[in-house]
Amino acid sequence: MIQLLQNLGRTTRAGFTKLGRGTFFLLHALGGLGSILPRPRLILNQLYAVGVLSFLIITISGLFVGMVLGLQGYYILSDFGAEETLGLMVAASLVRELGPVVTALLFAGRAGSALTAEIGLMKATEQLSGMEMMAVDPIKRIISPRFLAGLLSMPLLAALFSMVGILGGHMVGVGMLGVDEGSYWSQMQAGIDFQDDIVNGVIKSIVFGFVTTWIALFEGYDTIPTSEGVSRATTRTVVNSAFSILGLDFILTALMFGD
Amino acid sequence: MQHTSTQDTLVGLFVAAGIVGLLFLALQVSNLSTFIEEDTYTVTARFENSGGLKIKSPVSAAGVKIGQVSAISFDPTTYESVVEMHINTKYNTIPDDTSASIFTAGLLGEQYVNLVPGGSEEYLKNGSTIEITQSAIILEKVIGQFLFKSAEEKAETKK
Amino acid sequence: MDNSVSSPNSLVSVHNLSFSRGNKKIFDNISLEFERGKITAIMGPSGTGKTTLLKLIGGQLFPDQGSVAVDGQNVHRLRRSELYNLRKRMGMLFQSGALLTDMSVFDNVAFPLREHTHLPESMIRTLVLMKLQAVGLRGARDLMPNELSGGMARRIALARAIALDPMMIMYDEPFTGQDPISMGALVHLIKSLNNILGLTSIIVSHDVHETAAIADYIYVLSDGKIIGQGTPKEIQQSESEWVQQFMTGAADGPVHFHYPATDYVDDLLLSKKRSRRVSKRYGQL
Repeated sequence: MIQLLQNLGRTTRAGFTKLGRGTFFLLHALGGLGSILPRPRLILNQLYAVGVLSFLIITISGLFVGMVLGLQGYYILSDFGAEETLGLMVAASLVRELGPVVTALLFAGRAGSALTAEIGLMKATEQLSGMEMMAVDPIKRIISPRFLAGLLSMPLLAALFSMVGILGGHMVGVGMLGVDEGSYWSQMQAGIDFQDDIVNGVIKSIVFGFVTTWIALFEGYDTIPTSEGVSRATTRTVVNSAFSILGLDFILTALMFGD
Repeated sequence: MQHTSTQDTLVGLFVAAGIVGLLFLALQVSNLSTFIEEDTYTVTARFENSGGLKIKSPVSAAGVKIGQVSAISFDPTTYESVVEMHINTKYNTIPDDTSASIFTAGLLGEQYVNLVPGGSEEYLKNGSTIEITQSAIILEKVIGQFLFKSAEEKAETKK
Repeated sequence: MDNSVSSPNSLVSVHNLSFSRGNKKIFDNISLEFERGKITAIMGPSGTGKTTLLKLIGGQLFPDQGSVAVDGQNVHRLRRSELYNLRKRMGMLFQSGALLTDMSVFDNVAFPLREHTHLPESMIRTLVLMKLQAVGLRGARDLMPNELSGGMARRIALARAIALDPMMIMYDEPFTGQDPISMGALVHLIKSLNNILGLTSIIVSHDVHETAAIADYIYVLSDGKIIGQGTPKEIQQSESEWVQQFMTGAADGPVHFHYPATDYVDDLLLSKKRSRRVSKRYGQL
């Protein structure tokens, strides 16, 4: 029993220590943003690695999610005779919740774990150390560009997800199930408010991008420099990102969509 | 540094696609195209009961949205609901004896302010007040009336 | 404490250095001098923290006690920008080469030049080719690090280390795991670069034969202390048992062959349970 409490205490303390290290790491990386802005090449490379390579999985997932929403939504709404509001239902679900959240989760799984593995491997093969000895700050050179790329990519990917999803819902609802084309869009436009829904959704995706990229980069930077350590770090990235995204989603939703 | 012009093109396409996505959401999906930063003038109306009317609820005339509710407050001296509305300056020929009623869109839909123009030669301007108002229909009252009426009729037929 | 009493010929001076990692004392009040223009070797059994010493000299780790002076500057008292400036004049060759894996060989060698100078690309190209030529790998300039053999990777890393014409180079186990030919090439390179470029070289190694062949001075470390120092000739004639065991590679000597354990016969005859309990207690010695 005492052993259990001791372990719990130790783990909690270690957790706080890690959070502290992570915060210093974040501040250092944010400070480095200024020095990489005059070097767009670095940022572009990372935008490619993080954004472009996630493009496919995000759009395909968005399409399927939108199509399922169209299908399920139709069945549920037809019980109330409200099929014409399908467009509004699909759009609201995507823009407010599924777009930012699912994109963030997919991002953490694909781009996040790849970032962790890359940084972890650089640590394990002493590349980060080597850079330090060459008087190049590895955080400014390696971490900051990746951080910026993640932050910029997320809202773009979430918007793409929502857009493709809405089109997918259209394909199923209007194309296959007979919902009126005009109603699909007009109900949507009447019901989705730019500030309350679109802007809030974008804010959510920026927050998720910030947190997910931070976790991914820090887990890689902090990992034990062995191959086992790196593989465990990538798992931690995905798990911790998932917890953070879902937890933050609740908080943000309560703040934004309450009255 | 690994960089090819293919990579650059793809990044450019990605960013462009993302921006297209955002624009799509803004314009095609939301109500952005109507009523952003358009000029409006403010008109007030007092209701005995404004029911389920909310801020940003539409203000319509002849079925067309011409403005939205900007503020709702409670007047503690007259015990009325004071509803403030922003009306698009395009529609500046609304007579000042127009009546305002609170209707419900559809059976369970949201409530809106419906304006029925009067015949006056003077028009509503910024700061005008609409004098003739009809409150929202409260469902509970209607049901209560209905039950009371059917009880009365039953009593009548018994006689 | 800043004991700046060092010989004027020393580029690097380590004074009364103590460093612990957790409970283990890695270095216990050691002092070393590294003379300008000479090749100094640090040798000792694996795990004595030789790489740690290089990190302490480079300012990546902080000592618990004592000081490290490089070219007259106390490394650990420097501000970040000053430390970075000092590091530009220090080259380091890591055990694995530590090449950046997402860049070609050319870009790897060009890296310090691109990061720290504003030289035009044409000049950088010339310099990179010169450095690659010096290590004999100019023809490999477009390869990627994962296409290189271990020996080639180390030579590229060496070319990178001399890119900014440093005043000193630190080699972390440069000979480990090399075949005789690559080893020979590397030994030749280290010696000739040191002489031609007027470098000061610090080699950390446990390859006795190769290191003794080119070192001007050797320090032998064990258990956090210096157990022998001198020219290669002096070391080989050393009377210390420890040094002799290390230099000759004897299996048993002051560093025991057997890990501490109970009596052999007792262990074989005792029941399994009892012997485990006894050897567990014994192991805590």
